[in-house]
Amino acid sequence: TVPVNGSEEGKIKAPKPMKTGTTIAGVVYKDGVVLGADTRATSEEVVADKMCAKIHYIAPNIYCCGAGTAADTEKTTDMLSSNLTIFSMNSGRNPRVVMAVNILQDMLFRYRGMIGAHLILGGVDCTGSHLYTVGPYGSMDKVPYLAMGSGKLPAMGILEDRFKGNMDLEEAKALVSDAIHAGIMSDLASGNNIDLCVITKEGVDYIRPHRESIYNYKRQAKYKYKPGTTPVLNKTVNQLELVHETVQMMETAGSS
Amino acid sequence: MLQLCLTVHTFFNLAVITFFYFSRKSASFYTSIMAVEFEGGVVIGADSRTTTGAYIANRVTDKLTPIHERIFCCRSGSAADTQAIADAVTYQLGFHSIELDEAPLVQTAASLFREMCYRYREELMAGIIVAGWDPRRGGQVYTVPVGGMMTRQPVSVGGSGSSYIYGYVDSNYRAGMSKEECLKFTAEALTLAMERDGSSGGVVRLAVVSEQGVERQVILGNQLPKFSTV
Repeated sequence: TVPVNGSEEGKIKAPKPMKTGTTIAGVVYKDGVVLGADTRATSEEVVADKMCAKIHYIAPNIYCCGAGTAADTEKTTDMLSSNLTIFSMNSGRNPRVVMAVNILQDMLFRYRGMIGAHLILGGVDCTGSHLYTVGPYGSMDKVPYLAMGSGKLPAMGILEDRFKGNMDLEEAKALVSDAIHAGIMSDLASGNNIDLCVITKEGVDYIRPHRESIYNYKRQAKYKYKPGTTPVLNKTVNQLELVHETVQMMETAGSS
Repeated sequence: MLQLCLTVHTFFNLAVITFFYFSRKSASFYTSIMAVEFEGGVVIGADSRTTTGAYIANRVTDKLTPIHERIFCCRSGSAADTQAIADAVTYQLGFHSIELDEAPLVQTAASLFREMCYRYREELMAGIIVAGWDPRRGGQVYTVPVGGMMTRQPVSVGGSGSSYIYGYVDSNYRAGMSKEECLKFTAEALTLAMERDGSSGGVVRLAVVSEQGVERQVILGNQLPKFSTV
């Protein structure tokens, strides 16, 4: 706590790191993978970002949903994406999902759980469609359907009830959307809109937002003040006097 | 109005605390694993439950991990630790096997596990049963519990559910059982462990490792052997 004006009463707490208390889900269907996420990022009890993007790009055929500490999921997925791009350039191949998972596992295990990233990776590669989860301690699970985040319990309920193997696209999208919706309704830290990401062999359809929150409020009044609202009491002008001027030449790459 | 605000805020704190509770715990296999030697190979089995706290993170986990063509390990303890150790040993054993130009011994695999589990015993939580077949000594089971001891046993159980089946295993194991008898024995023992241990459950995964290779089976929840319980 930081005392304000040296007094005991006005103590302010330092803000905690922003967590994406969240609901994310993924489902493998007939032609690929559908990933879904809500869009609320909270800093304790305040909604810090109403339209946060939780589905991160890893490779043209691999996307990753992140739950946990927002900064950790962002940076981890960025690093993974860079690594896989370099690999693609070096080898001339599209990266495989299992490679992304192995790199993540290695990194998160090395940091012994200090990086709070709970990730769902989904993608389609030459070996098929895959959905993996990687935990902050470096554990990995490969499953056909999955939910993570603080809203995972209600989302998992919907998935366990309605998941079938080899669903078609509309069914899969509806299932993931309903699972995220259940998370939004039952978890305070999840909310606002639902994003979906459909990955197939042909390409990626990033639907942002797929379903908007019905509580989209518009500001009732303008908060700008007209010029002249604050009266000017008096005006003093201090002329600054030029005392001394020097010019220093810098070495630049272009100079000979 | 103030009262209502306080109630809402406290509830949110509880929800946040619940999330923290889940996020502090790592995924664990407090589990039931088992391995039995028979003439010509080994039978290994495990349940399929991974928990993070009180939530079952994966109800169809595969805890029987291949380390080499005819060597498997059954993993219990922390999911992350055992996956990392198994990956490291798979690499080391593969390298060793290529250098030797020969199939590795089960004892070598078990020694590699023991080396890692003992050296890093303070940081790791891993209880592993290494089982497989090699041409020199046939089917073998080595247990490497938490702490890094290694010992060879004809039958070995591990994980949190093992406590409940020591009596059953001790009274029902006979030397010289056939492959089918071993499979039935393992399935029944694991079922009893899953009945009584909250951290074990799901399906029973079995594998038979022998000179001919690996045969895997899954016994689903409703097909498990039934025991009369009061």
